[in-house]
Formats: sequence, C-alpha cells, structure tokens
Amino acid sequence: MAADGRGAQGRGVAPARISAQGWGWQHSGRAAKAVHNLDLEIAPGERVLLLGPSGAGKSTLLHALAGVLGADEDADEFGSLLIDGEPVAGARGRTGLMQQDPDAQVVLSRVGDDVAFGAENLSVPRDEIWRRVPAALDAVGLALPLDHPTSALSGGQKQRLGLAGMLAMRPGLLLLDEPTANLDPAGVVDVRDAVRRSLEETGATLVVVEHRVSVWLDVVDRIVVLAPSGAGGPGGILLDGPPATVLAQGARLLADAGVWVPGHVPAVRQRTSRQSGAGQDDGGSRLLLEAADLGVSRSKSRRRHPVMPVAVVPSVNLYAGQALSVTGPNGAGKSTLALTLAGLLPPASGNLVATDALARGAGHSPLKWRGRELISRIGTVFQEPEHQFVTGSVRQELGFAPRLLGHGGEKVEELLSRLGLEHLADANPFTLSGGEKRRLSVATVLAASPQILILDEPTFGQDANTWAELASLLTELLDAGTAVLSVTHDALFTQLLGGETLDLGGSVAVRDHGGPPQLAATTGVRR
Amino acid sequence: MSKSTAGNSATPQANSKAAANSTWRVVDIVVASVLAVAVGVIFWLWSAGYGLISAFTVAFPPIGALYGGGWLIAGVLGALVIRKPGAALYCELVAATVEGLLGTHFGFTVLLSGLVQGLGAEAVFALFRYRKFTLPVALLAGAMSGVALGINDSLVYNVAWAFEWKAVYVVLAAVSGAIIAGLLSWLAVRGLAKTGALANLPSRGAATEPVL
Amino acid sequence: MSVDVLAAPRSSAWLAGANPLAKLGAGMVITVLLLMSVDWVSASVALALEVLLLPLAGLSAGALLRRGWPILLAAAVGGYGTALLAPKTGELLLALGPVSFTTGSVAAGAAIALRGLAIALPGIIVLASTDPTDLADALAQKLRLPHRFVLGALAAMRLVGLLVAEWQTLGMARRARGVGGEPGLFSGARAGAGQAMALLVQAIRRASRLAVTMEAKGFGAGPRTWARESSYTGRDLGVLAGGLVIAAVSVGAAVVLGSWNPVFG
Repeated sequence: MAADGRGAQGRGVAPARISAQGWGWQHSGRAAKAVHNLDLEIAPGERVLLLGPSGAGKSTLLHALAGVLGADEDADEFGSLLIDGEPVAGARGRTGLMQQDPDAQVVLSRVGDDVAFGAENLSVPRDEIWRRVPAALDAVGLALPLDHPTSALSGGQKQRLGLAGMLAMRPGLLLLDEPTANLDPAGVVDVRDAVRRSLEETGATLVVVEHRVSVWLDVVDRIVVLAPSGAGGPGGILLDGPPATVLAQGARLLADAGVWVPGHVPAVRQRTSRQSGAGQDDGGSRLLLEAADLGVSRSKSRRRHPVMPVAVVPSVNLYAGQALSVTGPNGAGKSTLALTLAGLLPPASGNLVATDALARGAGHSPLKWRGRELISRIGTVFQEPEHQFVTGSVRQELGFAPRLLGHGGEKVEELLSRLGLEHLADANPFTLSGGEKRRLSVATVLAASPQILILDEPTFGQDANTWAELASLLTELLDAGTAVLSVTHDALFTQLLGGETLDLGGSVAVRDHGGPPQLAATTGVRR
Repeated sequence: MSKSTAGNSATPQANSKAAANSTWRVVDIVVASVLAVAVGVIFWLWSAGYGLISAFTVAFPPIGALYGGGWLIAGVLGALVIRKPGAALYCELVAATVEGLLGTHFGFTVLLSGLVQGLGAEAVFALFRYRKFTLPVALLAGAMSGVALGINDSLVYNVAWAFEWKAVYVVLAAVSGAIIAGLLSWLAVRGLAKTGALANLPSRGAATEPVL
Repeated sequence: MSVDVLAAPRSSAWLAGANPLAKLGAGMVITVLLLMSVDWVSASVALALEVLLLPLAGLSAGALLRRGWPILLAAAVGGYGTALLAPKTGELLLALGPVSFTTGSVAAGAAIALRGLAIALPGIIVLASTDPTDLADALAQKLRLPHRFVLGALAAMRLVGLLVAEWQTLGMARRARGVGGEPGLFSGARAGAGQAMALLVQAIRRASRLAVTMEAKGFGAGPRTWARESSYTGRDLGVLAGGLVIAAVSVGAAVVLGSWNPVFG
C-alpha cells in the first residue's frame, strides 16, 4: 500500500496516526462509561478491524475520532486521544465517517452537490471542488451524472456516495461504523471494493467496525478486540494482532460476542419435522393462504390511472408448518409482495384468498380483516422494529396483543423469559439495543399466536447471536405448525428454514428437503 | 464543550440545571430543522383535514379558529425540544414553509403566518429567559401563538369580517393554541424523552421534570 | 400537489433560470399590494395577468385546475365565510333566521375569494420553477442569512419524502399490530396520535444521524466556500419588473375604477 498517498485521488494526503492513552468517555446522563482506559496506537496507513461485544464502545471511539462527540455538553472525557499528535478537535477535515444507515449518509438532493458538500465546508475553492467531485465518484465506482437525484440510489450506492464525499475532502483517516450491515449482498461487495480502491489510491488509515469479519478479512491487516467496559470491568483491549492470529486465538471469545467468525456457523436448532414435497397439500400440511396471478404495487390503482404492478406472481401458496423464502434483487417487489400477502396492501391485480382453515369465519380477504382478526391469523414483522412499538414499556408491548384478543397475561411472562428480556420488562422499548429490539418485535407479534408469520428482512444487520436465536425460534415455530414467509437475502437463513424459495428476479428454484435444486417453469416474474 | 479530566471519574450529574448554553450546535440545528419538517408534514395532513371540519365552519366560521392550534405545534414543540433562543421562531417558520411547499392555498402569506406565529411563541419563552419549560409556560406560549394567528388571520384572510367576529376568532385561536399546541407539545416532549430519542439534546431530562 | 415536488429534477422553464430571490421579491410585491385592499378588480386583474405567466413556469391552466382544485375550494370557502360575517351593507339578498346575506357582504365575499386565488398563484408559480438547493444558495450567498440554518433546513427538506413514506409504513406496521381496529372517531384519533408520535421519534432519530454526518463533514465549523454560485442576471430584472408591473396594473385598475378599498382606514 502506498503510505505516502500517491495516486490520482490522493496527491499529497498524509495518512493519519492515532494515539489513545488511557482514554475514556462517559456520555452525559449515563452512569457507566462507554469506553474505559483505552491504550491504542495505530500507525499511518494501517488498516484495522475493530471488534468486540455490543456495549464495548466501538461506535463511541469512532465518533470521537471523527470529532462529532465534542458538542456533548455534559460528557466527561478521560485520558487523551490524539490524531497526528493533536487533540481531535484540531483535526477537522482529516477524517471521514461512514455510518450504518445509508439514508443518513446523504445530505443534498443531487449526487454532485452531495459529494461537494464536505469540500465546501473545508473552504476548498470552487474550481478545485469540481475537479475533485468527478474523480471521487470515479474512485468509488459510481458512474452517474452529477445531477442524478440521490433519492433514486440504492443502499449500496448511497454508502458509496458518502465515501465519495469523504474522498473529496482528502481525508487521512477513514472511519467506517458497520457500513454494510443494512445492505444486500451485492451492495456489501460494492462498498467493500470501493473502500479497498479508495485506500489504494489515498493510502489513508482505516478503522472499520463490523460483525461480518469475512467481508473485511482481505482488506485489513490488523484486528483489535475491545473489552466491554461495563461497571467494574477493566476496559481496554482484549486481543490485538494480525487477523489470522487473532481469529485463531479468540475464535471462541468472538463467537460468544456475536461476531461472525469466518468458518464458524452459529449453533442453531435444526428443523425436526419432515417437510413434504414442495407445493403438495398432503395430510400434514393445510393450505392457509393462496394467491393467483397476484400483481403487487405500493400505489393504489384508481379507475382512470391503473397502476403498473411492480411484480406479478402466478401463484403463491402458504401451508402450515412450511417456510417460503422470497428473494430477488433490490426493487423487485419482495417487500411489496409480503405486505400484500399480509393483508396490509391491496393487490393491484389478481386475487388473494384465505382458506377456511385460516379465515375461521372472518371472511376470505385478509385486507378486510379488522385488527383483532388480523393479528391472530397473520403476524407481520417489519424490517425496522421501532415501527411496530405502540406502548411505553416492554411488558405492555408483549401484553398488547393478548389484551386485544381478550386473553390473560400468562403469555407475557413466558415470552419475557423465553427471549431473555425479564431484566428489561419495564424499560421503554425504544431504549433497547438493536438485537433486543429485534427480539422484542418478533415476540410482540408472536404473542397473538398467528397461524402465518411474515418477516421482512429479519436478519438484516444482526450479529451472530441474535441471528441464531431468531433462526432457532423460527424452526421451532415451523415445527409447531406455523407457516413462515420471509423476505431475505440471507442464503444461510433460507437453507436453515427449508421449504420453497420464490425468486422475484426470474426463474424459481424449487427445492425438496435435502434434494438438489430443480428449476421449474417460470413462476415468479418481474415485469 | 466536554470537560477533560485525567484520572478518576467525576460523579455523574442528574438532570442538569445549568444555565442553557445559547449557542446552537449542529445537532440542534438539524434536529430543529427535521422536527419542523416532520411537523410541516403533519400540518399538511392537518390542512387536508380542514375540509372535514368545514362542514362545521359553514354554520359559524369563527369555529374554524379552534382548528387553528394544529398549525402552531411546530413553534412550541421546537422550543421545548431544543430549548435555545430562536427555536420557536425558526421551527414555526420552517414548518409553515414546508406546508406551503407541499401545496396549500395560502401562497406567500404562509411565510408571514409562520413568522408571526413563531414570534408569538418565542416571546413567551424569552419572557422566562429560556430557563423554564414547564406546562404553564407551554400553555402560555401556545396561547400567545394562537393570539398571533388570530390577529394575522383577521388582517389577511378574514379582513372583511365585522369586528366582533374577529375578536371571537382571536379568543378561540388562543384557546386552541393553548390546548393543541401547548398541551400536546408538552406531552409529546415528555413522551419523546422517555423513548431516549432526545439523549443528545438539552431536553433529555424532560420525562422527569416537575410539571409546574 | 405532492411531496415529490421537492425531489423533482431541475425544471427547464424560463423562470427556472431566474434567481430565486428575484422571484420571491416579485411574488412578495404582488402579495403585499393585493393584501392592502379587498376589491374584486385588483384581485381579478392580478389573477388574469398571473395566469398569463403560467407557461413561463412550465405550468398549464388546465393541469393546475385538475391538481389544484383544493385551492379553488378553499378560496370558495373563504369567500362564503366572508359573505356570511362581513358587515351587512347594501340591499338584503337572503335571510334565513339569524343568517343574512347582503349585496355588500356577498361582494366582499367574492373579492376575498378572488384575492385568495390571486395570492395563491405566485406561490405556486415560484414553487414550480424553483429548485430548493438554488433557493438555499441564494438565501445564504446573496441575502447573507446564516448558512448553518439555511443548509440545515435544506438538508431537512430532503427528508420530507422519506418521512411521508415512513408515515405510510408506520400505518401498515401498526395495523399489523392490531392498532386502530375499532370503529369510531375517538379510537381513530388515538391511533393517529400514536402514529404521529412514532413519526416524531423516527424524525428525531434520523435527524441525529444526519447531524453526525454533516458534522463529520466539517459542517458548521467556520466559513465555507460555495460549489454553486448564485448570481443575478438580466432575467432577474425582468422578473422583478414583471412583478412590479402586475402589482401596479392591478392597483391602478382598482383605483381608476373606484373600487379600491383599503383595509386600513
């Protein structure tokens, strides 16, 4: 790697050196320190992967290096954190920070303007800005016109746009905070390659935080594992060294912390009941929901403006105890299909019928079911858990569905212990960690004991522990007779749940349990 | 700015009652802007609902003033969340602009409305030197904002009404402002604080503040 | 009118090339002068002239009527309210119990309705032909408003579309939990309030993340340069002149025809 910043992009950019000595940080209003007693030296041009259990302060460290914690009025800082020998506040413009949420990366509504934003803030002259912008877009692989709207970009493109904006500032340090957690597999690879290219051109120092180690294994040359800094903990660093060494020494430790250690699959409960041949309604599997020639769309059709469906599926059948996974590229209409099947969106064409086994007297169109009827038949778990929180405490959340259905509160205690949330029973749902929120949102839907469970990207951004719990929970539900439909990119997850796969990008792969994949006639079509 | 200490930890402070730092940080500006934009979207929905209540206003138009409180939420809410000088004015102005951009029949007068209504709320918070954000203060700010709305409307839209109807309108607007803008905003901020969404802002302790 | 207006590509209309401040200035002049009187002459003359300008903004009267009918409705409602509550001058036209309409009050009502339309149209014209980023550049560079607030508001505007989409998602997500299933106005209002709160939480969360992004890009730390320059051209003089002419002709016509009816005094 070029440590002197050679390359078209990085003429004259010196990579940054980081030095932390006894550094600690306590956010305002919190009793415990986020980071405690950190001693860390990162040489210029080094590429570091930062790992550790949640709560170890990884994000806090990155935010501090990026200079965005300084405005916290009542926070306490301990020790020193230096970039190139100066306190962080004096190093404005030397660092670039990428966050997890692609939508948060974009500031302005046109691609060129957004990339120019950072350079404008650094008082770069106008001509120089417009020289840097195309070069930066080129370096990250975004071949788009400068007035392309940023709202029309995919998640991976938005992350790369953010990276281009950073490159236009000529940073010496790139800080990436779980940059690929919310991206589909293609986006993950795009972002990783764009980062690798940028590093080669600028020679900047890199610090990246990510659960999925395998993505960054070829890019980084050092792994640092932070210790959790909860009350009484010694803080500091647990492991530090070249990737191969750290992964060998600390595989167990990292796996317990929820990191996706390469070559190590989390322990998951496997399916026990035999799956029947796909699509057959034998004695063991009742048909619950069937759709024929279903066209789905987010916009409502009006008489004079019939809407073009984003996807049309000739046939979808949901059987009790069977899983159906919906895959496909971005924009193929997977989520729209799931929401339509869940009775939350009206179909654009075709029909959707609930069989008697599912309807139980409530009518055959899920769209027309009232709230109480819907939740005990079809439960839908949305991609963002916070969208589904409707009360002020975890206990009330779990009790919401039972109360609505007129049941007692026994289920609440059972769910609390099943999902390990007893210690949070009175906490506000919004204050939970990411994994806890995901578990809670699934639990709240399960509290109504629906016959069909529909999940939209349930494993997005989850660490290995939450992933394993979720997968185990779902195999248990499947074996108990619930039908599960999941929209997911996660191939391992799909394999675990078994059942059919519906691919909205072209042809359908129909799989028997344990048999080789067979290509059937085209049944899932994207128009 | 954060304090640096080498060595042992300082005792954590409970709800900080230090004098409000009156410079706006980036997070204050952006949260105020996004809050105003979000409320502007709610304004737009509120305007759409105006069609529903026009059935009532047909009988007695000044009743429409009771609906006006919905358009005053941005100022009071913004000030309660950000707690810095100018918050009420800025948020109300931006929210009114967003509502105008999304399409209403007010044209440029929406800027004037936003300005005047924001000033009404701002005046009350300034009166308490930006230190008190209790329920009575919120109610009063909502009421003053309502008075400003009433006077503005009486001079612009209802200018040809007889004086006594204008007076009724102003009074009803003040009531609506106090309840919808004042009370609801105060409750909303308490609710927001409980979710932890306000952790970076001066109002982070709003959930446990005394009511009066 | 929809939220897409904020994300639309740059319009190619003639007015789109004019500086936003000039358009704002012209619109303000017309609005202020029209607000000074309640009479149907100034209102209708201004309205007619503005309709002539619609093509310059890339709008057509037909499309406007079809999409902007709420504006017509609102103007009509305002006119009706005035006809009902204005001082009762002139001959009595209709009396129903406590309610009465006279020629004077109906004339005032018509004037208010027309004036409402004449005031709404400049706003629509400016909206259709102005890009928000251009407006922010003009406000910060030419009018010298504090750039942190102008750009903060611009960045927040970009989130409007996202928040509207989020409102719809929230509605579905909450229905999936069973909220709002009961019929009745009260339960609907409570569900709506809960949804509004949820939207506010998401808005503040997004704002906090956006603030981190902007601050990490060096925003707010002192002076900055501008990648896009906001400048005045001859076209802006034309726009301002146009606004002055419309205002002058409307007021002049009203004065000449004797119907000028100032609000004050």
